[in-house]
Amino acid sequence: MWQYIAKRILHLIPLLFGVSLLTYMLMWMTPGSFYDNLKQNPQISPEKIKELEAKRHINEPFYVAYSYWLLNAVKGDLGYSLAYKMDASKLISTRLLNTFLLSFFATVLAWAIAIPMGIVAAVHKDSIADRALSSVAFMGLSIPEVLLALLALMLAASTGWFPVGGSQSPMYDLMEPGEKFWNRVHHLILPTLVLAASSLAGIMRYMRSNLLDTLRAEFVTTARAKGMAEGWVIYKHALRNAINPLLTIFGYSLAGLLSGAFIVENVMAWPGLGRLTIEAITSKDYELVVATVVMATALLVIGNFIADLLLAWSDPRIRLK
Amino acid sequence: MAETITNVTAGTDEDIVNLSPWQIMWRRLRQRKLAMAGAVVLLVLYFVAALAGFFAPYGYERQDRDRFFHPPTKIRFDGLRPVMARYHLTEPGSFKYEPVADDRKPISLFVQGEKYKLLGLIPSTTHLFGTGDEAYPIYLLGTDQYGRDIFSRMLYGSQISLSIGLIGIILSYSIGVFVGAASGYYGGKVDTLIMRLCELIMSIPGLYLILALRATFPSNLTSVQMYLLIVVILSFVGWASTARVIRGMALSLRERQYVLAARALGQSNLQIIIKHIIPGTFSYLIVGATLSIPYYILGEVVLSYLTVGIQEPEASWGNMLNAAQNTEYLRNYPWLLAPGAAIFITVLAFNFLGDGLRDAVDTKSA
Repeated sequence: MWQYIAKRILHLIPLLFGVSLLTYMLMWMTPGSFYDNLKQNPQISPEKIKELEAKRHINEPFYVAYSYWLLNAVKGDLGYSLAYKMDASKLISTRLLNTFLLSFFATVLAWAIAIPMGIVAAVHKDSIADRALSSVAFMGLSIPEVLLALLALMLAASTGWFPVGGSQSPMYDLMEPGEKFWNRVHHLILPTLVLAASSLAGIMRYMRSNLLDTLRAEFVTTARAKGMAEGWVIYKHALRNAINPLLTIFGYSLAGLLSGAFIVENVMAWPGLGRLTIEAITSKDYELVVATVVMATALLVIGNFIADLLLAWSDPRIRLK
Repeated sequence: MAETITNVTAGTDEDIVNLSPWQIMWRRLRQRKLAMAGAVVLLVLYFVAALAGFFAPYGYERQDRDRFFHPPTKIRFDGLRPVMARYHLTEPGSFKYEPVADDRKPISLFVQGEKYKLLGLIPSTTHLFGTGDEAYPIYLLGTDQYGRDIFSRMLYGSQISLSIGLIGIILSYSIGVFVGAASGYYGGKVDTLIMRLCELIMSIPGLYLILALRATFPSNLTSVQMYLLIVVILSFVGWASTARVIRGMALSLRERQYVLAARALGQSNLQIIIKHIIPGTFSYLIVGATLSIPYYILGEVVLSYLTVGIQEPEASWGNMLNAAQNTEYLRNYPWLLAPGAAIFITVLAFNFLGDGLRDAVDTKSA
């Protein structure tokens, strides 16, 4: 197991290196820069800009600038945000936490609802419940996240049950600790629901077909032939085997989850990594763009890594490969 | 969905013997009502999109400066004749409109209106329906913040959204299939290199990569350039997953007897890939392509929604939804969300069709 983990971690290094090189290159090719805006500003002297540019190695060849960036990145310094005037790492850590919270709760919620839904649909195959659940899942699969998020905003705006976007109230700093916590939770509910709803359908459909496949397996027939109670057959024998492959789906669904979070963040003004990326792109704050893309990739790759570990832990055959 | 339709028999065995695989697939597909419904809806949508200028009562740029945020107008009937009431502003400044009693104008077919080009070529002024009178406008889905007809803009927007799906899928599948088939067929270093590249692209969360790519290009592009750019970016991100699947199939296909026979007969590698490997993946391709089209449609929607895609005044479903970003608009003028419903219907239709196709090509579950 340890060998497997070590191998996988070694695999991550060239990947993250490749991603950072690719994004850095893309940003390098981008027309215009943040400094162009600064040059328009009469209050900033040309010498100051030269100094800033020299600090970020803007006027040197690509590979020099990238090497400096990489060297710093290895030390944990992902560059400097010109628009926010602070270290990208510091800026990203709060945003990353927000994206993580949103994705984490949405995943937990989606799985907590989707798995029982899938089980009900599979056990009562072709019943009214199955058809209803399957069609709801189909609708859920087709509804675009942008629309769902806008509908949620409309609900919030017209009923006033939930705050309209953001992650905290304007008065947040003046609140008591208990109040602060509740304020945070209150803001988190709606984006979590939207994100969970958009990934729920896929998991439910997969769970259903998985369990159906397992229920057709011979060991289930054997268990039934032994005269075992049906509930015992389904929950003790079939379900355990049907849930195992779902761990792979967990890995796959992370990419969709992060893209979904990207949309939800931007529509619902949730200050996460996705929103920061857009802000950085519009203000041409390129080191920040590179940093956010690399961090989002790291989040995805580490998520996949955890999913693989869970899979290897639950299925010893995988470790041997 | 596969399990809900059980025991579908595709004719007797005798019939099947004389049919080509495509005919068998078509038979099985025809029996799936939802898939056929999806196909019909899509045909209608593409037909209307192709003739958008004719079906739309107004042009996409036309502004009615007297009627901002006009609610959807109801079609009333005078006996059997559909008529349109005249609306007037009740509270100036608050965009509230009321129909004027007994002031109506009949709606007629094939009315003369604004100039447009049918299929982008034939100039015409005939519109399918209308009142032919500016004082009695037909706004089936209301107007937006500039007084533009949302229904007409949605039809023009469908030209972009629907075609981006098709062109995007053709582009990315052409790259993905060819690269994947070659990679699987040749194996070795080429294979390793290509697969590492695919992994690299796939390990960056989709939208982050798309936006980083978008930022690499200038923002002041013509609408045609912008359209092409969106297709190219989405395809660049999308081809990797196709290539991986096709490569896996090619790996097993190249060991098949007919491929070995072709090689023994001295066919070139290129010929084998094109004639024997790629056709072997067709049944996957047709299903995969149908189910992936929504990705391109939604990709355009997100880019345009974030104002880095199709630019105003050009209409696309994504940039129309951008108006709904303002919560004040969203609460008071919910018809701004109409393009969202169009996206939903289109994606749903593609999913129904793709799901049916998957069942139809899956010969194991006859």
